[in-house]
Amino acid sequence: MTTANMRRMTPYMFLAPAAAFMIVGLLYPVAYMIYASFLDWNPSQLIGEADWINLRNYVSLLQDASFRESTVVTLKFSSIVVTTEMVVGVGLALLLDRQIRGISVLRTIFILPMMIAPIVVGLMWRYMYHPSVGIFNRTLKDWGLEPIPWLSDSGWALTSIIIADIWQWTPFIFILALAALQSLPRSALEAARIDGASGWQQIIHIKLPLMMPVLVVTLLLRLIDSFKVLEVILVMTNGGPGLSTEILSLRIARTASEFRELGVAAAMSNYLLLLLLALTIIMFVYNKIVEAREAAVRQAAEEA
Amino acid sequence: MPRIRFDSVKKSYGSVEVLPPFDLQFEDGEFTVLVGPSGCGKSTILRMLAGLEDLTEGEIWFDNTPISKLDPKDRDIAMVFQDYALYPHMNIAKNMSFALRLQKTPKATIDEKVNRVAQMLGIDHLLARKPGELSGGQRQRVAMGRALVRDASTFLFDEPLSNLDAKLRGKMRNELAEMRNTLDKNMVYVTHDQVEAMTLGDRIVVVADGLIQQEGTAEQLFTSPANKFVAGFIGSPTMNFLTAELTEAGGVLKAKGDGFLLDLPTTLKKGAESASGRQVTIGIRPSAFKVASDAPAAGSRIELFVKLSEYLGAQSVLVTMCGAEEVLIEMTSSVRVEEGSTVAFSVLPEDIMVFDESTEVRL
Repeated sequence: MTTANMRRMTPYMFLAPAAAFMIVGLLYPVAYMIYASFLDWNPSQLIGEADWINLRNYVSLLQDASFRESTVVTLKFSSIVVTTEMVVGVGLALLLDRQIRGISVLRTIFILPMMIAPIVVGLMWRYMYHPSVGIFNRTLKDWGLEPIPWLSDSGWALTSIIIADIWQWTPFIFILALAALQSLPRSALEAARIDGASGWQQIIHIKLPLMMPVLVVTLLLRLIDSFKVLEVILVMTNGGPGLSTEILSLRIARTASEFRELGVAAAMSNYLLLLLLALTIIMFVYNKIVEAREAAVRQAAEEA
Repeated sequence: MPRIRFDSVKKSYGSVEVLPPFDLQFEDGEFTVLVGPSGCGKSTILRMLAGLEDLTEGEIWFDNTPISKLDPKDRDIAMVFQDYALYPHMNIAKNMSFALRLQKTPKATIDEKVNRVAQMLGIDHLLARKPGELSGGQRQRVAMGRALVRDASTFLFDEPLSNLDAKLRGKMRNELAEMRNTLDKNMVYVTHDQVEAMTLGDRIVVVADGLIQQEGTAEQLFTSPANKFVAGFIGSPTMNFLTAELTEAGGVLKAKGDGFLLDLPTTLKKGAESASGRQVTIGIRPSAFKVASDAPAAGSRIELFVKLSEYLGAQSVLVTMCGAEEVLIEMTSSVRVEEGSTVAFSVLPEDIMVFDESTEVRL
């Protein structure tokens, strides 16, 4: 092989191991799942024995009230959770972006929830929500108030899991927002102070717009993540009472294990995958736009 | 325009005192330049005036109003930053009108003001662009424009030209000098560049190590510097300093050093008597040397070994050696001096400054 050829091949050789892992670990399962979604497949059968039923799984899902209910629960859960987390996380970052004594300890405490395993988070909140010995109801009782059926009432259960998720994932947005804040150009903020901007006006006119690229990516990451949440809800409510907290990922798990409908579960996963794919593409396109704009800016600066 | 007065202002960061208590006064409508080497505290003075840094002690007065507790926005100031500090997400028109929009100025007035200033600075064709799409010089103008639109009583400049290349810096300096004459504003300008200071300032304040070394016009600073630092800082090429011993012979005070015996000005004699027989530092500007054979026989002769001749066009700078010390000489290029030869120069007594060896104060 000539040196020129060698040189051209080098990057591909370095990429090869990662590519191999991608093919085995990602593309193969996805392809398998797509194939399975066209089958009427029972776990007791080998995949080769299952009947090919074309799009019947997809069509029947669209008419399935439970699936639609799950989708609605998921969308409700994700939108409420992500909106609240963004507001609280960014708000906390704006509050804590200052030099006061013990701030680094405070910041560390704030990001602790994120580091706890989801199963543990689920168990923890289940105990706290316990109707008689949980801390919430005990406290309510001490204050002379009626206990709340946190997880056993279909009206309350979704709220309860939303609270738990906000508790766990607000820190994620907080640390990213804080990092974005701290990398803002100091002098632009000083210029804004001299131009007469109050604290609020600095936030609205300078800080938030400048943080926007980071916030958009954070929002999408969090949105995608919230569609896939499973363990915490599985441990806390297992989707109940009724279907009130049965988000899509939980519905998929139950369809596969309880209802033994592997083909339907695969089709459901593909619907979720399409949704996430759409979100990812939005994120990707946004990044491309930002990059293109920056490149144009750089070019303009170089020409000048 | 208010008169600005610093009254025993002091600044410390924790236990580190960066600016010991000082007084400073800016006259109405004056262009004052704070000049000094990096880290001397000149920017801190400006930032305290802007309200971006707190005072540790003392007070700043605008006429009879104490302002040290006021927010920057209540001080009626506009500032141009070294890195321009434009708002990257707003276009140029929005950048320039930000302060006015915050004040809820009517849109027609804003447009009128922005257009007028933009035209004055020659950036009216850029109003729709974002700062990132502009060159350094254009951004600099926008930063200036943003300050001008404010119509504040006092303008602060924090090394506004130091991010520009040499040619552009010269151009902007001239434009600033013109602007200084047309605008009736207080202007306080911080720079480390003595050329900027000399060309722009009505009054120059030289700062070093947190201390105000001297205040005065460019000419005062150049012709009668208060100490060795000011003498060395103002003027280019920098003043030559030589160690010497004062001797008196025949009623004339002379400076005797390694390879020279120079007459000192008679005006000096009175103040320098105490230093007689003691070590001093003498300072001679590079332009004060004349080739002895060309000059009339006035002044003292000094023989110097010419190490290097730097041709700069009309002027040449000779790097010469006086004993072990380097002496720079500036002269017209029409006088040919051979590198590697020893040449006799003459220096007039009045061109020699004498500084105390330990206090560095001029005698």
